[in-house]
Amino acid sequence: MTPELMEAGSAAREVLAQRTASGGRSAAFGRSVARAEPDFVHGVALYLDDITVSFDGFKALNALSLAIDAGELRCIIGPNGAGKTTMMDVITGKTRPDEGEVFFGSNINLLRLAENQIAQIGIGRKFQKPTVYEPLTVFQNLELALAADRRVRASLFARLSAAQLDRIGEVLERIHLKSEAHRTAGLLSHGQKQWLEIGMLLMQDPKLLLLDEPVAGMTDEETERTAELFLSLEGEHSLVVVEHDMKFVELLTEGHKKVTVLHEGSVLAEGQLADVQANEKVVEVYLGR
Amino acid sequence: MKSDMSKLGHPLSNSLSLSRERAGVRAGLAIALLCICVVVPLLNLTVPPDSAFHMSDYAVGLVGKIMCYAICALAMDLIWGYTGILSLGHGLFFALGGYGMGMYLMRQIGLDGNYRSELPDFMVFLNWKALPWHWAWSESFIAQMLLVVLVPGLIAFVFGYFAFRSRIKGVYFSIITQAMTFAAMLLFFRNETGFGGNNGFTDFKRIAGIPIATPSTRMVLFVVTGLVLVGCFVMARAIVASKYGRVLQAIRDAESRVRFSGYDPVAYKLSIWVLSAVMCAVAGALYVPQVGIINPSEMSPAASIEIAIWAAVGGRGTLVGPIVGAFFVNGAKSWFTVAFPEFWLYFLGGLFIAVTLFLPHGIVGLFRRLKERAA
Repeated sequence: MTPELMEAGSAAREVLAQRTASGGRSAAFGRSVARAEPDFVHGVALYLDDITVSFDGFKALNALSLAIDAGELRCIIGPNGAGKTTMMDVITGKTRPDEGEVFFGSNINLLRLAENQIAQIGIGRKFQKPTVYEPLTVFQNLELALAADRRVRASLFARLSAAQLDRIGEVLERIHLKSEAHRTAGLLSHGQKQWLEIGMLLMQDPKLLLLDEPVAGMTDEETERTAELFLSLEGEHSLVVVEHDMKFVELLTEGHKKVTVLHEGSVLAEGQLADVQANEKVVEVYLGR
Repeated sequence: MKSDMSKLGHPLSNSLSLSRERAGVRAGLAIALLCICVVVPLLNLTVPPDSAFHMSDYAVGLVGKIMCYAICALAMDLIWGYTGILSLGHGLFFALGGYGMGMYLMRQIGLDGNYRSELPDFMVFLNWKALPWHWAWSESFIAQMLLVVLVPGLIAFVFGYFAFRSRIKGVYFSIITQAMTFAAMLLFFRNETGFGGNNGFTDFKRIAGIPIATPSTRMVLFVVTGLVLVGCFVMARAIVASKYGRVLQAIRDAESRVRFSGYDPVAYKLSIWVLSAVMCAVAGALYVPQVGIINPSEMSPAASIEIAIWAAVGGRGTLVGPIVGAFFVNGAKSWFTVAFPEFWLYFLGGLFIAVTLFLPHGIVGLFRRLKERAA
């Protein structure tokens, strides 16, 4: 079945479901407010089909196709300039591809949504350089990321409920920053900032997490704890981890998970880490001819 | 948020230092209100002029004028200090508010003008026979005050919508705002636009039928300005303390993170931008009856840059800072331009350089640092 048909089908199903459940729609200046939930029934969380992105003739992505299963933790490796960050830009709506399609679940065409809408339907992105709001406290950083109404009026009168406070406390615990809750984020160590940004992603309750070099600049111990955290998220969320650190990739794949190697904008190899590392083409790309 | 946490007695609450700060601000506001509504009127109107405690009309006028500037500086701080968008065109909104009030005051002159005509003098001079269309509401105080808010608000909305949607930021945005106010100034200089050309509006006689130059009218204007300033401060404080205010700061520090957290920065920037413009417009409307003149020079790029200087000197990113800055710079200006008139601009430039280099957080930041050192 083509994605278009699948989308049409799930849209029709949803209209039906809404009719029986709520019985009516609210007026919202001509646009529908209730945004479709991604449909993971077919087991696919993210589906990139034939994506091409060119910058002034240089093809950053060249007919890239990739499918991530729901609940999967997928590591993506590749030399510099392989197109890893551009791929994330396409998924999160920062860059529009020249060709191809990107689907979230089987029903949501990501190319039709803006960055903030993509974030709202459940795709969280961590940047390569830790990006937190430095003058705000750790607590306030998490508060802003908390899944809630993102509109201006709602933020003006927003009050945290006890359940939301507990949720923030839970994430603080998970990212080991409970004792730093009221410290200014700018005073944290590099590794702690990475953790805080991961915590901010968790606050959004994302279904898919895109993590661009999440352990860059972390100590060995912090790297191990990060791997533990990601492994605990697997299953509940889908994760795409772009990483250079092979030790970290080994920890994450636990010897059997699929790894994707990108090179010059398309998939060079896919398979278990050991097989991929033994692949002649991969060795050539990494070591030079 | 903070009050919720203390109410819930949640382990994450951090309310002690906060309640102390809140008490300090409340005391400050009470003192400000007392000075504006009681002390100044008493010292000016009831204490005899030969007493050492008498506050002269000149001083009242000066403080009233600076309070208008302080509202502008506060507006600038919301958009620049908190949201990180440097506008070099806020003088336009100030002037538009002033022109809105000026049109009403021109009509209030009635038949007492030089030409004894229903039309404002400059129109008679241009040999116009009827009021232009945009003067249609100028007779009604309420309609004209609505225009004071709506016209600058609408212009800011349209300008901001296109600028923010196109993701114009940093110096590019500043330059465009500068160009905008400059273009408007050239437009207002022209006689045929119906705003009095380069002379603008002056020679006002009455406001709401009451003579405008009497000490009691001036005192009423002073008190109203003071109350508006306090009101703006309280509103800005509520904004900054809300989650909305923290989103603004987040936009300032990491806009892409905000976007990827699911917020639409355009809506946030646009709302604070329009609010900031309207605050300036209200300040302009209060300024004109106190100063007695409005002309296109208020739209000059230099006037807009000065607003940014007040905010920077006082301390960006604090709410007291811009008010302190407006009083400090304009206080210095009124003394300097009398004592050493030719050196004022050098002093202003030097002050701006010194603050940028040595006091990145302005005067308020300096005090904060001294207090921390003492503690």
